[in-house]
Amino acid sequence: MRYLPLSDADRREMLARIGVDRIDDLFAAVPKDKLLSSPPDLPRRKGELEVERILSRMAARNVAASSVPFFCGAGAYKHHVPASVDHLIQRSEFLTSYTPYQPEIAQGTLQYLFEFQTQVANLTAMEVANASMYDGSTGTAEAVLMAHRVTRRRKAVLSGGLHPHYAEVVKTVSRMAGDEVAALPPDVPAAEDLLSAIDETVSCVVVQTPDVFGNLRDLAPIAEKAHRHGALLIAVFTEAVSLGLVRPPGEMGADIAVGEGQSIGNALSFGGPYVGLFATRQKFIRQMPGRLCGETVDADGRRGYVLTLSAREQHIRRDKATSNICTNSGLCCLAFTIHMTLLGEAGLKRLARINHANAVTLAQMLSGVPGVEVLNETFFNEFTVRLKRPAAEVVERLAERGVLAGVPVSRLLPGAGLDDLLLVASTEVNTAEDRAAFVTHLTEVLR
Amino acid sequence: MLNRQGRPTSAQAHGTADPAAGMGDEAARLQEHRMGRGERGGAHRSTFTGNRALHQEEPLIFEIGRLECTGVDLDEPEPFTPRLGGLERQGTIGLPGLTEPEVLRHYVRLSQKNFGIDTGPFPLGSCTMKHNARLNERMARLPGFADIHPLQPLSTVQGALELMSELARQLCTLTGMPAVALSPKAGAHGEMLGLMAIRAAIEAKGEGASRRIVLVPDSAHGTNPATAALLGFTVKPVPARDDGWVHVDDFKPLLGPDVAAIMLTNPNTCGLFEPQVVEIADAIHAAGGYFYCDGANFNAIVGKVRPGDLGVDAMHINLHKTFSTPHGGGGPGAGPVVLSERLAPFAPVPFVRPLSRGAGEVESARQRRPGEGSAADSPLTPALSRKRERGNAYELVEHAADADDALPLGRITAFHGQMGMYVRALAYMLSHGADGMRQASEDAVLNANYVRACLADLMSLPFGNKPCMHEVLFDDAWLKDTGVTTLDVAKAMIDEGYHPMTMYFPLVVHGAMLIEPTESESKASLDLFIATMRDLAMSARRGDTERFLGAPYHAPRRRLDETRAARQPVLKWTPPTPLPPQEPQG
Ligand SMILES: Cc1ncc(COP(=O)(O)O)c(C=O)c1O
Repeated sequence: MRYLPLSDADRREMLARIGVDRIDDLFAAVPKDKLLSSPPDLPRRKGELEVERILSRMAARNVAASSVPFFCGAGAYKHHVPASVDHLIQRSEFLTSYTPYQPEIAQGTLQYLFEFQTQVANLTAMEVANASMYDGSTGTAEAVLMAHRVTRRRKAVLSGGLHPHYAEVVKTVSRMAGDEVAALPPDVPAAEDLLSAIDETVSCVVVQTPDVFGNLRDLAPIAEKAHRHGALLIAVFTEAVSLGLVRPPGEMGADIAVGEGQSIGNALSFGGPYVGLFATRQKFIRQMPGRLCGETVDADGRRGYVLTLSAREQHIRRDKATSNICTNSGLCCLAFTIHMTLLGEAGLKRLARINHANAVTLAQMLSGVPGVEVLNETFFNEFTVRLKRPAAEVVERLAERGVLAGVPVSRLLPGAGLDDLLLVASTEVNTAEDRAAFVTHLTEVLR
Repeated sequence: MLNRQGRPTSAQAHGTADPAAGMGDEAARLQEHRMGRGERGGAHRSTFTGNRALHQEEPLIFEIGRLECTGVDLDEPEPFTPRLGGLERQGTIGLPGLTEPEVLRHYVRLSQKNFGIDTGPFPLGSCTMKHNARLNERMARLPGFADIHPLQPLSTVQGALELMSELARQLCTLTGMPAVALSPKAGAHGEMLGLMAIRAAIEAKGEGASRRIVLVPDSAHGTNPATAALLGFTVKPVPARDDGWVHVDDFKPLLGPDVAAIMLTNPNTCGLFEPQVVEIADAIHAAGGYFYCDGANFNAIVGKVRPGDLGVDAMHINLHKTFSTPHGGGGPGAGPVVLSERLAPFAPVPFVRPLSRGAGEVESARQRRPGEGSAADSPLTPALSRKRERGNAYELVEHAADADDALPLGRITAFHGQMGMYVRALAYMLSHGADGMRQASEDAVLNANYVRACLADLMSLPFGNKPCMHEVLFDDAWLKDTGVTTLDVAKAMIDEGYHPMTMYFPLVVHGAMLIEPTESESKASLDLFIATMRDLAMSARRGDTERFLGAPYHAPRRRLDETRAARQPVLKWTPPTPLPPQEPQG
């Protein structure tokens, strides 16, 4: 077997050195009737070529985003990732290292984590960021738990503009942990009254901007009221590129900013692995979940980095830890950091403007299609349209015609009476031809 | 005299075989210099740049980048009217950029300060640092896997659902369990899901309020008690015995109507298979509780023992350990959870469900309507319809209402889990096959026992010299009175070119050293590792503490001041405050 270096002669010699006759003597602690005498009922080993064939066949049954005019978003975005990002994250020293428990031989990982934390803090305009969560949704659930610890209250208010998957994750964790959740109904026009939901019992208000329907929200008034009642504002984002153009959480009074970092550096990959970005105020760092990388010096006085404040974490605090997270999204952080460094501030802002411009153009074009109504006043690179027919059906028909037209709201919120709504995202990857194809086919399908 | 790596062992030794002997004085002095012997410890000779050849000192991107610089060429969009409603971001963000050559150099230099599996042996116990096949990386990057959106129509991702379904089938077969929830993002997330399923099952029986205790042995990984506490359970320890095993007799008195579950790691964190695991499972079941198994150490028993045969109700599998998806410096991972018949109904959404043949055909008939209107003209249509002609063979259940008889406990993450990791893990499974996976576990166990047998006389085994599973646990009794600690040994191993073993875990033995060679090490590599450990042990006994206390001497950094990092946390770069103007000196 190409991955196993021991030869049969080695195995015999080693068994002899150990002082046993057969390999199964080493499994002596296993109850006799539980030790399998032959391999499980699965296919035999295969060469690279054969494995490649099998998996390529499966892959070929999927329609890749880059092969069609593509407008899906709703929390995962198709962006162009520079070639050097993927090259660098495959450097073996990054790819095959573990969590940096031995800092003297993990300065590569630690320094990029320090760079990552700085970029995330600056991008969100927050004071400190951690070294990542699994993704935006689990990060949001962790943010709620953290707010409960900070405020010693146990009730979260969720905006109706929060991504439904994120809301479901928060609800699942809260229900299991015995915490209360007040979730507002789906709020397509961003017109909900969040302020009146805030009172002295509320630990945190969770609001997303741009929200799942694409609307931009001014969080400042919500922060103001939350703070007056001793509650925290958790600002969620699912499209990190938006922060190159849109007012960041830290400038609107957010206490915790949490979101999805996939759009920068990371592939769509059918939903994972992604990277949860998590930032907060300095004064809350001891209640933060997840790993933190900090600067220090070595025995020779040279600058270096270590994992720090681990007295919050499971391996030290066990049942008193701030979170159970251990493995996080290391390599996805690296991809984020490299792509962000390639973009730089100038590139990020321009990328965000291109996204916005493409979406504005598309919205204008779609609003000219009979049977289509663009609902948003404001948006970044994604907006909601009302169709005269169920959106899921229209999307299916457009897929047959080779256009992936967006995400039907019913996919996220079935039975909510929003079956005629479609979420449409447009990023820098869309060309004028893509938009034209979308409009032409949509016009025909709706006819 | 040369050591086994072919390097001179000491300064005095140079004299005897010195090639400079017999040269004139000046020539000899220069030659000494060239050979780096002009001063003792030439390695520490300072350079102008601070670099040491391949070890480059690398500033932060914030110190070398420029705000106006970008390594991505994009054209400004045509003028347009923004729709931001006055919520534009103003001012500087603080994200300096670099051009592509600068970015490459920066991150390549950083990578050279890192130790990975391909650098050298990485016997980090409990972490299964086995070889990461590059075929798996290639497969995960096929556009049909890497470039598909989680919410595009299911008819356009049937291959992805097929892959998930096949991965699920193989995991169920290997574990002997009827169901698996794929979506947990890592081991700890899997633990959370497992305990949630147990909570849901208990609630379904109306015992949610009364069963609030989770039993966790002291040897457990920190994520176990942290997870239980996170979900509001009270953690109660199961005492450890001095043989490294959990005994059903110690465990039974703790059982009662208030106990929800036990979280038992098997093989355990001491590197031992729990011989009474079946009795423990029977006891917890008899008491109305559930058996959560931490499957971090599954690599010892794949194809040898099926957890389902042991009475396990839920077990996470770290795909980033047993099934070799790369650790990536701390993630991402994936932690699918296999579930027993009793817990399967509560599995979270989403999950993949194969459609019956008939249903698939109906679907395909509906979808294979011949091209209407200009659809036939689309250049994309033929490719697309070829992909769809089989019809849907799989569906994805994303909402509890669509789960038929099942009672999903909800959703634990956005979208469908770690697809990128599923592809890599399945590539591993297909490559190894049933026979290769069994062989891999046997080799992993063999390697660990070989290390045990060859070090047992010099290092101390807390539970006696008995067979271990895929990792061997030493304590620090062998270091008594040497003035050297487990940490010092780890740092000295770094100088010898090894990644240290796991240290100070599990907590049940003093100064733990948990060595997991994995099946990826050759015998020659193990022999050199063993020789190195023996040499270190003898050094410690001889009183050569300098080798340990100052170590590492040869890593990119000496020991780092962790106390300082925690006392005055600096968690991000901030621009330096300019120095006050100084008087010119001299
Ligand atoms: C025994 C044990 N349990 C649980 C975990 C947690 O797994 P993960 O890091 O994938 O969350 C680990 C990993 O470090 C472990 O070694």
